[in-house]
Order: sequence, then C-alpha cells, then structure tokens
Amino acid sequence: MINSNEIIDDIANKEYEFGFTTDIEMDIAPPGLNEDIIRFISAKKNEPEWLLEWRLKGFAAFKKMEFPKWQHFEMPALDLQAVSYYAAPRKKKQLNSLDEVDPELLATFEKLGIPLNEQKALTGVAVDAVFDSVSVATTFKGKLKEMGVIFCSFGEAVQEHPELVKKYLGSVVPHTDNVFAALNSAVFSDGSFVYIPKGVRCPMELSTYFRINAQNTGQFERTLIIADDNSYVSYLEGCTAPMRDENQLHAAVVELVALEHAEIKYSTVQNWYPGDKDGKGGIYNFVTKRGICKGAASKISWTQVETGSAITWKYPSVILQGDHSEGEFYSVAVVRNKQIADTGTKIHHIGKGTKSRIISKGISAGHGDNSYRGLVSVGPRADNARNFTQCDSLLIGNQCGSHTFPYIESRNKSAMIEHEATTSKIGEDQIFYLNQRGIDSEKAVALIVNGYVKEVLNQLPMEFAVEAQKLLSITLEGSVG
Amino acid sequence: MLTIKNLHAEVEGKKILKGINLEINKGEMHAIMGPNGSGKSSLASVLAGRDNYTVTEGEVWFNGKNLLDLSPEDRAREGVFLAFQYPVEIPGVSNLNFLKTALNEIRAYKGLPALEAREFLKLTKEKQQLVDFHSNLMNRSLNEGFSGGEKKRNEIFQLAMLDPQLAILDETDSGLDIDALRIVSSGVNKLRDAEKSFVVITHYQRLLEYIIPDFVHVLYNGRIIKTGTKELALELEERGYDWLKEELHLKESV
Repeated sequence: MINSNEIIDDIANKEYEFGFTTDIEMDIAPPGLNEDIIRFISAKKNEPEWLLEWRLKGFAAFKKMEFPKWQHFEMPALDLQAVSYYAAPRKKKQLNSLDEVDPELLATFEKLGIPLNEQKALTGVAVDAVFDSVSVATTFKGKLKEMGVIFCSFGEAVQEHPELVKKYLGSVVPHTDNVFAALNSAVFSDGSFVYIPKGVRCPMELSTYFRINAQNTGQFERTLIIADDNSYVSYLEGCTAPMRDENQLHAAVVELVALEHAEIKYSTVQNWYPGDKDGKGGIYNFVTKRGICKGAASKISWTQVETGSAITWKYPSVILQGDHSEGEFYSVAVVRNKQIADTGTKIHHIGKGTKSRIISKGISAGHGDNSYRGLVSVGPRADNARNFTQCDSLLIGNQCGSHTFPYIESRNKSAMIEHEATTSKIGEDQIFYLNQRGIDSEKAVALIVNGYVKEVLNQLPMEFAVEAQKLLSITLEGSVG
Repeated sequence: MLTIKNLHAEVEGKKILKGINLEINKGEMHAIMGPNGSGKSSLASVLAGRDNYTVTEGEVWFNGKNLLDLSPEDRAREGVFLAFQYPVEIPGVSNLNFLKTALNEIRAYKGLPALEAREFLKLTKEKQQLVDFHSNLMNRSLNEGFSGGEKKRNEIFQLAMLDPQLAILDETDSGLDIDALRIVSSGVNKLRDAEKSFVVITHYQRLLEYIIPDFVHVLYNGRIIKTGTKELALELEERGYDWLKEELHLKESV
C-alpha cells in the first residue's frame, strides 16, 4: 500500500509544467547596472527626456538604499551587476497586426494556454502578452478603443498618451518607495497601461500575461491602471517562466488609481518557476503593488493566487483616501519544497467611513515557509473606519512553516477593527476518510484545499477561477502527510 | 462475500488482531461485540485499509479479490464501506460536492459515466428521505459543526448514497441519544437487502434491539471467542464478558 508520506512527497516533487524555453532571436543588453544601461533602455524605447530624468532619479535613490532586514527569510545574495536589464524579441519592423508577431512567440503563448489570436481568444478577455521585458501583442485593441478604453503596452502609452503617464507614473509608488521600486523605476522596460474613461464599464476582462524566457535577465515591468470617475475594470495578470538552475529577479511595480466612484478589480495568478525540490533556481518575485482610492466611494480589490516563485515577497496595498472608499485583499499563497512566501497587505484608512476586508489563506507543504504580514492603519480623520481580517493557515505534512505578523495602528477611536486567525492541518484522518469513500489521495488533497480556498477563488473571474483551481491541484499533488 | 482467514495485525509493533476467522455471506447481518480494547475497531480499520495497521499474517477475500492487496480507495470502490466511529470534519467542502465526487469516483472505477446533475439530485433526495437526513445539512461543509448525532446520521446517508456491498458500522451507536439511535437503526434496516451485508460493531446490546443480527460474534484479545445468534447478545447484556473469558482460560489451560 502506498504510504501517505510518499504521496506527499510525490506531490511535493511534481515537476513544473511550464518549464520550457523558446528559441527566438533576442536583443539582450550586456549585464550590469549603471547610468549607461538606463540611457540605453530609454533610448531603445525612444522615450522623452522627462522619463529618462525620472529613471535617473530612481537610480540615484536606489544607490542610497539598502535591502530590508525585517522580512521573515534570509535575504538571498543578489548580484545585480550580473543581471541583464533589457531583453526583447528582435523585431524586424514595427508590427501592424497580430499576424506579424513571430509565430514562435504565438506558439509559446498558445502552449501556455493564452491564445493571442483574437478568433481563438477567450471571449470577453483582452490580453497583453509580455515576453521577457517587452509587450509583444495586445488583443482586442480596436474593440476597446471604440469605448475609449486604452489598453496597451507601457512603452506605447509613453508614446501615445504621455500626459496620462506623466501625471500618474510614480504617484502611488514613488521612485523612492523601497529599494526594488527604485530599481524598477530606473530600469523598467515595459508593462501594461490601462485607462478607463469616465462612466465606462470596461466590457471585457483585461489581462496581461508575463513570460520570462531569456537567461540571466531580470523582469522589471510596470503596470499603471487608471479608472476615471464612475468607471469599472477587472484586470488579471498571469505569469510563468522556464526552469533554470539560477535564480532570476522579477521586481515589478503596479500602480492603481481609482477616481470617484470607480472600481478596480486586480487579480493575479502567479506561477513563476518555483525552483526544484532542493530549492535550486526559481524566480525571486519581489513586487510592489499599491492602489489608491483617490475619489470618494471608490473601490480597489486585490485577489492573488500565488503558487510559484522561489520567494514571493509582496504586499498589494490600498490607500483609502476618498471618503467611503473600500479596499479588499483576497489571497491564497502556496509554498512547497523549499519555497518561501512573505506576503500580505497594507490598508491605510485615511478618509471617513472607509472599509476594508482582508482574507488570507496560506498553504504550506514540504519544507515551505509561509508568512502573512499585514498592516491595517487608521488615521485620525478616518471616522467610523471598519476592517475585517481573516488569516488562515493550512499545513500539509510536518516540515513546513507558517507565521502570521499582523500589525494594527489606529488613531481614531471610532474605528472598528476585527482580526481572526486559524491554523489547521490536513490530517491523515481526513485523507483516509475520503479514501474510504472511493476518493484517491491526490483528489482528496485537491478537494480539501479547494474547500479551504473557496472564498478567495470565488473572487476571480470565472475562467481564471477554474484555472486557479487546477493550478492548485497540480501544485499540491502529492503533498499529503 | 467476505472471508477472513487467520488474520493477524499489529499497530506500532503491538499485536492487536491475533487470528480472526470470519465468513460473511450476502445479505447477512453480523454483530461484533466485545470489551474495550478487544480489537473491534481495529478489525474495521484493517478491513478498510488504514495506514498505520500492518497485517502480519492471514488473508481477506472479498468477492474473490484479495482485499489486502487493494488501496483504501479501491476497497471502497469494490464495495466496502466503513461508517466511522469519529467522522472527520472537512471545512469548505460541501457535503453535496463531496458525495458527488465520491459517487463518481466509484462509478468511474466500475466503468460507468458520471451521474448528471439532475440524476444526482434526484438520487440525493430519494436517499435523504429514506434515511431521514435533513436537507439543510446537504449544503453545509462536510460534518463541520454537525452534532455527534448528525455526523452519525450523515454516515448512514452516505451509506445509502454509495450503496456498497459490505457496510461496516463502527460503533455507530456511540454517543447517540435514543431518538437518534432509532433513526439511525431504521435507516440501516431500510438499507438491508439480499445483496448487502453488514458488520455492526458495538459495545451495547441496545443497538441490536433495533437492528436484529443474524450472527453475534464476541471478540476478545484479538480473536473471536464465541459466535452465536441474537440471544448471545442478550446473554452478554445480562452476564457481561467475564464468564466468556473464564471459559476461554479454562479451554486454553486444558
């Protein structure tokens, strides 16, 4: 009979499904971080002078900063001089339509289940595909344009809508925010840009798919989403990378701006290469994500399903500036093998009557180490602010770790802040019970885990909820103990 | 249908079963009684394939298949059902979703297509009424926050839904008040038929007033030391187990 520990090991050792590489002609900058490379990137992208200035300010800030020490893991040695800061599929000429995208690239995204061919695409989802540092294709552009929705690569936005970019870039995550944000400000190469005009409800899900392919490169994309008054947008990002023995750095910045009565729903299904079972290789996912509810009664909701990366380190946050604005954070973070996650959120209640809700579900298997770290702060003006936090941990096996670091700072007596936390373990008893009903151990784990994360997956758009569910099952195959 | 031959098993090096022999035919109701620690629940666990039990000797045949060679899930798919003494709670997994998964896994094993939603719900309703199971428990998480009685009733409801050939009820009566005991027993009685066999493990004769067994076995120190009919249960109720133990010691010393 199969011992349940073996099943757990199997699950824990399941290979990464998206570990292939694509052989394609690339422009790759020589490794090294200096002003020259920043000028090189800026020139490559034909950027205006103000943007180059901004990059250089970011670089100056970066040089003065040190890596943080408060995180719940040992900071890996990062040799930022060994990284190449620019890699792009070689373009023969300006692309006019999807038909002109390198078929090899289209095939890559097809393989990942992200068809860029509009006929074949998921109905109701527009996709911006980012390959290494560069956006290679954006679908349904025309249709969106009719409604005034701008959805394009960041580089294109700089060319076509400089006034919007200039106004909002760095307005939520300044170039001095933290060391990785400063680095990103200096060397970011592309990303996605979204603008939803006043009163428009974006008719389809917008989605960016990030793929790291080239070796020894970092991925530093920047996403900026602006939802003007009374608008709505749902945005989703997904990510994968090939299997490589060395670690690769992904230091993205995402800024969200919700104006009056606007709503932004931002979902992430993160499946970067997590490294092998001994913790060799994998992506360092050090990302700064923050949104501001600038206008009254606006709303920002983060949903994340984090299953990949060697280290996931991020706190998608919301600044609730507008009165009666609302922030939400729903998270599932899975670690197995030797993966590390130190993730959570920060919610700043500034305006009156602001509300927030945090639901975090950590799952730890193998030798994984999972930390929830969250801050709820209530400022003196935030009368009647309310927060509810629920923070659950699920342990699979007995060699993993799970930690919770909640911080609450309230400077307003009328605030109501609730925090609930639980820790549970998938027991052999549960597995055996399900076995005895004819359900094998892998399915049993999937069933238990999906039950556990249901509240978060319910927040994802339908197609992606199904994807995420499958991803979780695959990720945890064999983790029972 | 089930043949147990000289079954020996141990858990963590401790010998628990020391030579069980038992033959169960189609449609029979067997009761297994015995004092605490005699090995009753262990026998149920070994038959269901619980991980921490090691079979050291003997054989178990179920419909011509060597049961001990099968994984716990395959035993279940072959038609062995264990109603647990302590059913587990699984938060977030609805009773309904769990049952659908279980039922379809068993069907797939038998080469049958998955039940369509409508058929499944129809079946659910039918069985729910048969064993008097509250419909408001259907959409709740599996056993989560259920009372002791509700959990046991859920076991019987699952038994009705999965329709196994052999049902082992492990102290299903423990922790039940008299009303719940009646409902559970009446559920079991309704499920009795010529094809299905039962092994009812219990401490008390009380349950056997409602579920009338064809055979009563007394398990003591890992062995069946006496087999009789329902009258044996009454005798045990009256005289306890000591006279049997004495009889046994007498026999062994001869």
